[in-house]
Amino acid sequence: MTVPAPRRWHPTLLPVLIVLLIASAAASLGLGAVPLSPDRVIGALIGHGDRIASIIVYDLRLPRAVLGLLVGAMLGLGGAVLQGYLRNPLAEPSVLGTSNAAALGAVAAIYFGLSEWHVLMLPVMAIAFALGSLLLLFALAGRSESPLTLILAGIAVQSLALACISLALNLSPNPFAAMEIMTWLMGSIENRSVEHVWIALPCVAIGFALLLPGGRALDALTLGEDGARSLGVDLRKTRLRLMFGVAIGVGGAVAVSGSVGFIGLIVPHLIRPLTDRSPSSILWPAALGGAALLTLSDVAVRLIPTTNELKLGVVTSFLGVPIFLLHLLRERRLW
Amino acid sequence: MVSVSIENLSVRLGRRPVLDGVSAVLEPGNLIGIIGPNGAGKSTFVRAMLGLVPSQAGRVAVNGRDIATMPPRAIARAVAYLPQGQTLHWPLSVERLVALGRLPHLAPLSRVSEADRAIVAEALARADVAHLKDRVATELSGGERARVLLARALAVGAAGLVVDEPLASLDPGHQIDVMTLLRREARAGGLIVAVLHDLGMAARYCDRVLLIDRGKLVADGAPDAVLTAERLAEVYGIRALVDTGGPVPSIIPVDRIEGRQA
Repeated sequence: MTVPAPRRWHPTLLPVLIVLLIASAAASLGLGAVPLSPDRVIGALIGHGDRIASIIVYDLRLPRAVLGLLVGAMLGLGGAVLQGYLRNPLAEPSVLGTSNAAALGAVAAIYFGLSEWHVLMLPVMAIAFALGSLLLLFALAGRSESPLTLILAGIAVQSLALACISLALNLSPNPFAAMEIMTWLMGSIENRSVEHVWIALPCVAIGFALLLPGGRALDALTLGEDGARSLGVDLRKTRLRLMFGVAIGVGGAVAVSGSVGFIGLIVPHLIRPLTDRSPSSILWPAALGGAALLTLSDVAVRLIPTTNELKLGVVTSFLGVPIFLLHLLRERRLW
Repeated sequence: MVSVSIENLSVRLGRRPVLDGVSAVLEPGNLIGIIGPNGAGKSTFVRAMLGLVPSQAGRVAVNGRDIATMPPRAIARAVAYLPQGQTLHWPLSVERLVALGRLPHLAPLSRVSEADRAIVAEALARADVAHLKDRVATELSGGERARVLLARALAVGAAGLVVDEPLASLDPGHQIDVMTLLRREARAGGLIVAVLHDLGMAARYCDRVLLIDRGKLVADGAPDAVLTAERLAEVYGIRALVDTGGPVPSIIPVDRIEGRQA
């Protein structure tokens, strides 16, 4: 008797995500303050372009597009993994507090003027703080196996980081420094350079390597902790991988982009109905979807005409809230 | 074939001693009932048996091998476990849910194979839920869900099966179905351990019962030897009509004995 293999993804899911991904990357490369025709952009990309087009594409648009994809993918994956692990549909990449700690590192770099020494001081400080917060998280919740202790420890880390950020704003020597901090906190991938890509890329790669293989453990947790352990899942190992993966991956992403909310929360929800709803089957699609959504939001930032430049984090939140509400109202019956 | 031997097992949860020096050898081919009042330590006993709670003293061996030295996947392949309650955190399809039982057998990065799917289909049929396979598990009735979760445990294909209160939320017909199923699994050579509250069902279907009271194993043997009116009075504080001699053993709790409120 042949039993047909159950489908994990809706047949249209992957094609749609790939089309969105390509479209968002193309839009990100093709659209900007200086209008460039598609053939000039393509010419620049393959190395036959004129000087101006090459500079714009290589130094401005390409890093921005790549960072959009990297950060979005990491936030999407982080959200999907944490929702699965904590078995909580409201979980998002910041619940462990590591992204707020990364933000604090960046704020400290601005506050103490370190970011003026070198552009990379800010992301480096952010990553250092994300890893530092991991130690705190580990001390608070490392030995336990329950997801609740991890959430509580995450809230503690998050609150401490937010309190320190407020303190920095409170004590900032002049309104310009406060403004700079506020602006950074709103999240953006504007004016990032290739160096930023080289900082984010290894962090995101490590994050992916630690988080992607954990899908089965997340599936088993559908049956609760005892159920998962009785299926041979080592919960302590699962949790360590997850803590390191989220801290390094999301910490590294936040270090270059600032806080970009809602992507990690909504993307798994948008993807889930098109899968078999098991936590493992949304990991890859959530990463692809996050990459596309963040990059498209970043294109929207460039297209929407405003007097002050619009920040990415603001756009994702405005985009996120209605999608999220609409979706939850539709899905409510299943919870 | 799997046998489990428990030697002098003691467990504390927090600072409270929950199990105190329990010893038993559980042989294959038997349906073994674990009974006792609420809070007696029944669930802790079966969880400690599977290495899910750390023990303070004593030793549990599966086929002669100390479980403390066994990797979790090896324990999982030897003894399947259906936890108490009907925990289900995501709205999976029934088939997908039951397929989780194959996890201990999957090599890293491999997919569920044809053989795995056949085992899943068989488990669905054995628990009488094959017709539900495309339904969403969280939308089922309590009784359907209980049987689907039992199918998940069967899908592990382990020689041992530990079920914690499998009859909760089942109607009498399905209670009989589940007990019949468990006995059939035992007759086929499995070691089946069931935590039960229904003493009548335990008397009727179990080959052996372990009576646990306040963390101690107070009786161990054939149902008619363990489940006497005197012992039920002593352990549960109840007066009961006990008829374990006839073709259909039955135990009917009548009332609480004054002053014996547990």
